[in-house]
Amino acid sequence: MSRADVCVVACAEAFRGDGEIVAAGIGGAITVLAARLARLTFEPDLLTHDGTCLLTADVPALGAAPAAVEGWLPFRDHLWLVLNGRRHVMLGASQIDRYGNTNISCIGDWARPKAQLLGVRGAPGNTRCDPTSYWIPRHSPRVFVPEVDVVSGVGTDRGAYDLRRVVTNLAVLDFGGPGGTMRLVSAHPGVSVAEVVAATGFELHVPAHVPETREPTEEERRLLDEVLDPAGARLREVAA
Amino acid sequence: MTVAEVAATVESGMTVGIGGWGSRRKPMALVHGLLRSPVRDLTIVSYGGADVGMLCAAKKVRRVVAPFVTLDSIPLEPHFRAARQAGEIEFTEYDEGMFMFGLLAGAHRLPFLPTRAGLGSDVLRINPELRTVRSPYAGGEELIAVPALTMDVALVHVNRADRRGNAQYLGPDPYFDDLYAKAATRCYVSCERLVDTADLLKEGPVQSLLISRSMVTGVVEAPGGASFTSCEPDYGRDEELQRRYVETPWEEFHEQG
Repeated sequence: MSRADVCVVACAEAFRGDGEIVAAGIGGAITVLAARLARLTFEPDLLTHDGTCLLTADVPALGAAPAAVEGWLPFRDHLWLVLNGRRHVMLGASQIDRYGNTNISCIGDWARPKAQLLGVRGAPGNTRCDPTSYWIPRHSPRVFVPEVDVVSGVGTDRGAYDLRRVVTNLAVLDFGGPGGTMRLVSAHPGVSVAEVVAATGFELHVPAHVPETREPTEEERRLLDEVLDPAGARLREVAA
Repeated sequence: MTVAEVAATVESGMTVGIGGWGSRRKPMALVHGLLRSPVRDLTIVSYGGADVGMLCAAKKVRRVVAPFVTLDSIPLEPHFRAARQAGEIEFTEYDEGMFMFGLLAGAHRLPFLPTRAGLGSDVLRINPELRTVRSPYAGGEELIAVPALTMDVALVHVNRADRRGNAQYLGPDPYFDDLYAKAATRCYVSCERLVDTADLLKEGPVQSLLISRSMVTGVVEAPGGASFTSCEPDYGRDEELQRRYVETPWEEFHEQG
């Protein structure tokens, strides 16, 4: 069993219970696979897209064209859908704090950044209007910081609509800690709680009992290996 | 018209809207026209890609108005980054949806449009000129009043157009080119191929007629005019050329033409 498979399944779990909404995985293989895996298993009503503007009727492999299309979602409609709210997005973040404020804009002083990144993109609207989760492939104190340099995505202390999960290469977290702070939900198999705490640059709420993140089922592994990602793109996104 | 004729209508200090999205269907031939002209101090309004990066590299830009600048398959735009990190340009940084509402307001002669996108985030801190409005209806919700994004000139690239400026997209996404056309005082359209008006519906349905001639000042036939960005279905992104753009010093890349 690979760590990448555990991560895909943990991200897929973020979509559990979402029903008939768009599951939008942004930025890379893991989040896209997660939405498709959830749809093929426990959330069959989810809508998923091809990474551009097609809502696919079937669930193709990563990078493959769909056999059938069930809808059109050009960027303008995607931005309207953000306001409509029938959408759960899984974003990335260069920095995240204990309330789930995130930064993808720049590092350092905004007026004269040390490192210009993407810009805020859709993170402000996403986090204010839609359920939002995060996938962070390298859990470290450089990403999990006491204070983000620019608030692109808003946290629980700034009016976030519904921050669901943060999944990393080490653990699953949510915002069920005191005052909406980040809480450790589970540590991935082979990862200790101490490791997660050491990789987090702020005080993390750690319950008395921290379960292990569930392992992928036989069926989930088969779907990833044979149907959704036979080329193994997910393995390149997570350090083994 | 020619690319040079379009560029000659742009004056220093003007606000220029550039259509497309990231590294998709950008009017790169028209951007190259600006690069060859003496124009300076432009304000660029764009869902930014290499258009923004090249104009920054050539020191043509005073301000960028954008929600992001990206090359899609290469996430970060090197010349925009360098200009920001050197403090060479001013930046109005909006959420993507706010930006669309700014274009919608500009396209419909409204002073602003309200939205939730941006509330609670640092978009309000880094744009201190932004104001909120309160709903006059039940609930009295407070919303961001996104000011209209208007521009002196808009530049867009499409698949087909007729000589009068009826412009057609044949790819999967119109992006926001119709809004740029309506939000600008003048809009110039470059196209892969000029066709007779009577032939416009031979390649796409009536819904693909994105921009009416009433919104267009001039048309340029520019085959390959979006390259290296994508212009589906005519061509995809030239990933190799885009990579060379990122890896080569600007002067060298620009001289190679």
